[in-house]
Amino acid sequence: MIRRRWAAALLGPPVAFLTVFFAWPVANIVGEGLRGDSGWDLSGVGAVLGDPALRQVAWFTLWQAAASTVLTLLVALPAAHVLARLEFPGRRLLQALIVVPFVLPTVVVGAAFVALLGPSSPVGIDLQGRVGGILLAHAFFNHAVVVRTVGGLWEGLDPRTEEAARMLGASRWQAFRTVTLPTLRPAIASAAAITFLFSFTSFGVVRILGGSSRTTLEVEIYRQTADLLDLPVASVLALLQLTAVGAMLVVQDRLERRRGRTAAALRPSARRAPRGPGERAWLVGNLVALAVLLGTPLATLLERSFRTTDGGHGLAAWRALGEASRGSGLFVAPVDAVANSLRFAVVATVVAVTLGGLAAAALARAGGRAARLLDAILLLPLGTSAVTVGFGFLIALDEPIDLRASPVLVPLAQAVVALPFVVRTMTPVLRSIDPRLHEAAAVLGASPGRAWRAIDLPIVRRAVLVAAGFAFAISLGEFGATTVIARADAPTVPVTIARLLGRPGPLNTGQAFALSVVLMVLTASAVLVVDRWRSRTVGRGGWV
Amino acid sequence: MSGRLELAGATVRFGTTVALDGVDLVVAPGGVVVLLGPSGSGKSTLLRAVAGLQPLDAGQVSVDGVDLARVPPHRRGIGLMFQDHALFPHLDVAANVGFGLRMRRQPAGEVTATVAELLTLVGLPGTGRRAIQTLSGGEQQRVALARSLAPEPALLLLDEPLGALDRPLRERLVAELRQIFDRLRLTVVAVTHDQAEAFALADRLVVIDGGRVLQQGTPAEVWGAPVSAQVARLLGFANVASASVDDRRIVSPWGDVGPAQGPVAAVVVRPDGVLLDPNGPIEGTVVASTFAGARVRLTVAATGAPLLDVEVRGPIAPRVGAAVRLTISPSAVTGMTS
Repeated sequence: MIRRRWAAALLGPPVAFLTVFFAWPVANIVGEGLRGDSGWDLSGVGAVLGDPALRQVAWFTLWQAAASTVLTLLVALPAAHVLARLEFPGRRLLQALIVVPFVLPTVVVGAAFVALLGPSSPVGIDLQGRVGGILLAHAFFNHAVVVRTVGGLWEGLDPRTEEAARMLGASRWQAFRTVTLPTLRPAIASAAAITFLFSFTSFGVVRILGGSSRTTLEVEIYRQTADLLDLPVASVLALLQLTAVGAMLVVQDRLERRRGRTAAALRPSARRAPRGPGERAWLVGNLVALAVLLGTPLATLLERSFRTTDGGHGLAAWRALGEASRGSGLFVAPVDAVANSLRFAVVATVVAVTLGGLAAAALARAGGRAARLLDAILLLPLGTSAVTVGFGFLIALDEPIDLRASPVLVPLAQAVVALPFVVRTMTPVLRSIDPRLHEAAAVLGASPGRAWRAIDLPIVRRAVLVAAGFAFAISLGEFGATTVIARADAPTVPVTIARLLGRPGPLNTGQAFALSVVLMVLTASAVLVVDRWRSRTVGRGGWV
Repeated sequence: MSGRLELAGATVRFGTTVALDGVDLVVAPGGVVVLLGPSGSGKSTLLRAVAGLQPLDAGQVSVDGVDLARVPPHRRGIGLMFQDHALFPHLDVAANVGFGLRMRRQPAGEVTATVAELLTLVGLPGTGRRAIQTLSGGEQQRVALARSLAPEPALLLLDEPLGALDRPLRERLVAELRQIFDRLRLTVVAVTHDQAEAFALADRLVVIDGGRVLQQGTPAEVWGAPVSAQVARLLGFANVASASVDDRRIVSPWGDVGPAQGPVAAVVVRPDGVLLDPNGPIEGTVVASTFAGARVRLTVAATGAPLLDVEVRGPIAPRVGAAVRLTISPSAVTGMTS
């Protein structure tokens, strides 16, 4: 099996990377917590599970993730319908824009909701420290996951199956419930699983919006390690979270497999202009809802970055970005953090795309059970506590070379976080290359090398650019691992934002908002550029 | 509905293209009406308008004089069999066929019995538990038919009913469809772009193009006397050319082709009425020859005239490249006014 051997060779580097920079650090953290002076000591597990305060945290983590998922589905499914089925002016732009919240750094999402629903809320609602704000922020963040996953399938569904139901006596609602919904169910379940996963491991949003009373496991791991220096408790929590995430990935894999079966009925999209007052009201209602949920937090963030201490508007906060003022508790000026972030992101992107590309190529060649298992393993860093990875780096990477003070640590951790996304983006593209194209090229006289250049390269190049855009945006926004690893004299933008938000004083808050705007513009432009490539490739052959 | 379906001035526009251009059409109860037209002629739009899936921009669809504009598709009591079937991929055969009955809240026992009956009717007894994906094209076609028959519609619409199937299967299914329609005394409106299918299915043929009805009548009437060169071409005739009348004789590019009964602007010449004749007035060369069993179809390049299709018996067929002389029998010629 030449194909298998090829796949194994391609997998070597990414697997080695994940072993050293993911499995080893995480194993170290877990070991640190579970090993006493004389061998394994599992009493810590019982103690943690028996602690009512920590049980409370686990319970909150679970139910807020479930509630966030339900809320996200409620607002995003109608939007998915509108974008998949209706044609209206500005649809393409809107479709690109709704992805922006998902790639926004969680810190920016937190900051935006503090601006909108915090102590100085323009609408007079203060949800800081309350669960409502967290749920809304999670819905804001995960909205695009549902719209993209479900809408992608919905768009390809043959509208005639629903029409067939109508002709057989089903009302509009019955046709949706009996025909469309069952077909969409795997995609909905898959999107819900991802939303649940992200809400379950949420860090930046909860840390900023949750205050001291609302903590998830991820935030508690950070608190136990960084504030209370209680490593055993932190590692038991990390283990708990890892187990939960592993279970969720198994479920997700099951759903994913079922999804493969329905994909057969796909055809080119059949959008049409809304008909009649009912459909027009539905469209307008959804657009308004989108504007409120997705637009207002970002608009408020922008507005607040220009607010001055006297309540007027000005550039004070923006000007202050250039200084490392004393009251801010920063060692460097915020603009330097921008430079750091960009540098780190470039390195992390190169690492993630190179290794992720190899892994994707291997996955595209492999088939069946092995591929699914690999796919799930490569997804694991996505659900693992980034904070744990960060602490693991600090504990584990001292031998044989002490990397702990090295500036490459931050981009390497970010690459670990970005890798699953790269693999996820590239694998389907590489898999979609029809082997008959190679055969056609060979029959027409192309050598294998020429065939690869003529057929694979143009497709692969686009896939690489798309993956790079995502990896870049993720690295820019990475918070959980970076906040643990980044040295005080070389902070990234998200770390700086969190620090500024944690300080009193309107100027600090203003600076945090201004810096959030900068980060938002950087990540959004990376992703919007990517989206243009993506839609162009869809136009040409529907690759992504 | 049990009565007369009527379209009056039915018009549908998609942006600047007019898919249906003021169509007037009456379908009397009973029998099979086939709309024949090329793709993009508006025939599918017409079906969707009758079904209620496509709102009209002008005009109306009515049954026994009652306007259907405000009746939603699921209350019209009309069945529609889609092109490529549109079976529900997540349901098995029995659940597909029984869907319409469940929508009418029939008891489960009744549904099961009716489904079994229908599957037998379409020649697929005992297949209820099979997944849609395991069916062949012909089997899917039969399931789609059973599904649309289940709620006992008084009017059944068929969109390219046999389009996706291969030819031997199509011929068999056409015969079966006719039998089923006759047995159930259904009113059927079918659309197709295939002349052979249209002739085989239709009691009444409606030729449509550019969103307009060009001609209607029994298949024999339409085939025997197409009203225009456009209709003749849509019916599949190859020997169509413009013509004129001179001294009560029809003058075509192939010469004088017989007496004229009135004004003539175009002619169609049936290929079986073009005869090999050593003394014939038309000189030409055989440029192509298609063997079709007992008969052979020749394409002849006549001097100074368009290509002429000729149908001859196999044994006497000349080879490609042979010089031939031909006579056109006046009975094979139809003069048309446009």
